[in-house]
Amino acid sequence: MEELQNRIASQFPQATFEAGEYLLVNIDDAHWHALAAYLRDNERFDYLISIVGQDWNDAFGCVYYLTNTFTRVILSVKVTTTDRENPMLHSVSDLWAVAGIYEREVYDFYGIIFINNPDMRRIFLRADWNGHPLRKDYDASPEANPVPTENEETDDTTVAYVENEKGEIVKEERVVFAPEEFVVNIGPQHPATHGVLRLRTSLDGEFIKKIDLYLGYVHRGIEKLCEGLAYPQMLHFADRLDYLSAHQNRHCFCLCIEKALGLEVPRRAQVIRVIMDELMRISSHMLFAGTFCMDLGATTMLFYTLREREKILNIFERTCGARMTYHYNVIGGVAQDLHPDFVKDVKAFLPEMRKSLKEYHTLFTGNVITEQRMIGVGPLSREDAISYGISGPSGRASGWANDIRKTHPYSIYSELDFEQVVRTDGDSFGRWMVRMDEVLESIKIIEQLIDNIPEGEICAPTPKVMKLPAGHWFQQVEASRGAIGFYIESDGGTTPVRVKINSPCFPLAGIVDHLTRGAKIADLITIGGSLDYVVPDIDR
Amino acid sequence: MFEISRLTGWLHELLSSFMPGWLTTTVECVLIGAVILVLYALLALFYIYFERRVCAFFQCRLGPNRVGPLGLLQSFADMFKILIKEIISLKNIDRFLFALAPYLVIIASVMAFAVLPWGNGLQIIDFNIGIFFLIAVSSIGVLGILLAGWSSNNKFTLIGAIRSGAQMISYELSIGLSVLTMVALAGTMSVTGIVEAQTDLWFIFKGHIPAIIAFIIYMIAGTAETNRGPFDLPEAESELTAGYHTEYSGLHFGYFYLAEYLNLFIVSGVAALLFFGGWAPLHIPGWEGFNGVMDWIPSWLWFIGKAIFLSFVIIWFKWTFPRLRIDNLLALEWKYLLPINLFNLVLMVVVIIYGLHF
Repeated sequence: MEELQNRIASQFPQATFEAGEYLLVNIDDAHWHALAAYLRDNERFDYLISIVGQDWNDAFGCVYYLTNTFTRVILSVKVTTTDRENPMLHSVSDLWAVAGIYEREVYDFYGIIFINNPDMRRIFLRADWNGHPLRKDYDASPEANPVPTENEETDDTTVAYVENEKGEIVKEERVVFAPEEFVVNIGPQHPATHGVLRLRTSLDGEFIKKIDLYLGYVHRGIEKLCEGLAYPQMLHFADRLDYLSAHQNRHCFCLCIEKALGLEVPRRAQVIRVIMDELMRISSHMLFAGTFCMDLGATTMLFYTLREREKILNIFERTCGARMTYHYNVIGGVAQDLHPDFVKDVKAFLPEMRKSLKEYHTLFTGNVITEQRMIGVGPLSREDAISYGISGPSGRASGWANDIRKTHPYSIYSELDFEQVVRTDGDSFGRWMVRMDEVLESIKIIEQLIDNIPEGEICAPTPKVMKLPAGHWFQQVEASRGAIGFYIESDGGTTPVRVKINSPCFPLAGIVDHLTRGAKIADLITIGGSLDYVVPDIDR
Repeated sequence: MFEISRLTGWLHELLSSFMPGWLTTTVECVLIGAVILVLYALLALFYIYFERRVCAFFQCRLGPNRVGPLGLLQSFADMFKILIKEIISLKNIDRFLFALAPYLVIIASVMAFAVLPWGNGLQIIDFNIGIFFLIAVSSIGVLGILLAGWSSNNKFTLIGAIRSGAQMISYELSIGLSVLTMVALAGTMSVTGIVEAQTDLWFIFKGHIPAIIAFIIYMIAGTAETNRGPFDLPEAESELTAGYHTEYSGLHFGYFYLAEYLNLFIVSGVAALLFFGGWAPLHIPGWEGFNGVMDWIPSWLWFIGKAIFLSFVIIWFKWTFPRLRIDNLLALEWKYLLPINLFNLVLMVVVIIYGLHF
């Protein structure tokens, strides 16, 4: 780490450094793009995990989290600007493809314009929204943004701020769809979008020319809401992000806060958390399998997979008291002890699950039509997967070993014996098979733990009024769909200054356009289904 | 054994005893029309119930079981619901074509329905090119679908209609060729003639290898022709919401729905006619006792039983396979089914010329 710091310092003498959980590099905007290019090309920081926009009252800026996918070192870079009227930073969307949509999100919430980003529209809020809601000086009164009575106008153009040779910033208007194009509106209400997501699709016969993504139909402003809530209250939002990874999301949030507090979680609670996470992963992959097959027209599979998912939900219900939003992980441990029948139920379930998996492969995977629909559809290379930030099973199908449980082990995962499922197909078939094989690995993990749940406390004692020390923390956990990350910045008070949720589904939605160019309408459904995004996780 | 021809003959004599000839014919036409329509509706309702039950059992469910005994009245309840629903009028559409489309679809289906051989002597339209007439009228249906998609002024329906056009025109070739193969074996296009040629042995056994190939191709093409899964691209729910009939509501939607289910029956009925002897009972040459027992089962029961069994197979396809993609669908027809079918026709001719059939 120190060597890296020295190398950066020798190249960029302007940079200052702060030690912390990850090395933080401070750089001014003028040198930021050069530093980013240096980090990507010379230091192989090829994966941009997150861009955390922030308003420190005296300055605006972003914290970029970068990873080297070979050494797995995480580095953060902080870039700030003091111009409150017209804040501008240089875009890095030419270096990391995922930055394109991350920067649009920052622009939407903070009004920071990214120079050279080809598409500077809002991404979540309506185009006619006044103000940028995560700024500290935002006017939240209903007069500023009355409830709209008119439909949002769809504009076929976008703007970009481009730096010319003289160093001037020029505003350019760019065309998204030409007037003569045949644009079909897929969504916001459509059977295949799995939630309220809108894909404006330009077609040439059955072939897709371009897709323009519209998000934000179920945006709840969780990051903004968190700024006004105490830490235990904030946790409840985690179950409502990706409701199919509710346990993992909440686990991640708890880990981040526990890391800040320096809490030691009892062993029993850790084991319970891991079992729950893996059960959740199986149930999520079962729903994926069902809905994906239904999208391809094999409706019967949906019922076969939901049958297994119901069994998991029954197990959850007996312990957590809910089938959907469990609220089970709490800071320091878990909320209540396991149901007396938990071990028995899980042990009965696991062999049934193994049997059902074989049945799914017989019914669906080996089918000729299935193979025609999936093999070679939506190919994604390893480089693109990293550049577009496709974590989780979808990225692993492209040969990128990115499982957080292995790369940055948390909780007790380092003690467990399981394989990281990686395939090199990169197509929809690979993404399907990775998930099916992951279910087997999850079963393996649960089998190792279910007989060895230690006795003891289920929750560490925590202070009544929870205050985090001043500082910032970033924690990632492998959720069902990829790496979910929580960033918390505190000034020492009872509420956080900034909470950023780095959801795995946001980049998944962002890559749909890239994967579907030149594919057919039916392939859009296959690709969208195989990426398996969940809309409430995109719209936080 | 009771034969319906006795009933119809008695009715004809009764009517002509007090009416002039032209009036008798008119009254009989009206009566037959009414009978067809009632039978059509009843059969469609039965099919809706049948498919829902069968697919429910495939999917570890029970299906409709609350309305009436075993849920038998469920589809009647659904029918009354659809009858009292509003037909929503849309802006910016071609009103005439929009209203015409469901009638075209249903007329094509009713006319094809009339050709089927229901039983010994129980047939509505019977003339020397019966099977040719059936193929001709069933092709009108695609016009209705194209018009529905075009006149709705909606991009999804348009894509659905164009897909449907491409699919139906392609698969009509396969249907036509496999029918032609069997017509060659029968030596006649008359529906009665085809059935009578099978009273000793069904064509699927008589024509052995080429007949079995023709049967398989006919079933694939027939499933495609009825727009059912795995060939349900024109209305691929997850892609095009409901395809060409997205904008239809109330009774107009009901027509599409009815026609779709009845086409299932017609396709299986024609398969029963061409390969399984129509209303002819199962006869095995030489087994006189067995043949006698088979003769005891009424001929209309034979026909309906065969048709429903074949429909069951088609329903089985639908609830097992995922949907094809449009290019795979067309490749399957033009690259595989069509050449195989042409070859099969030659094979059948060779079999007939050299008397290699049973």
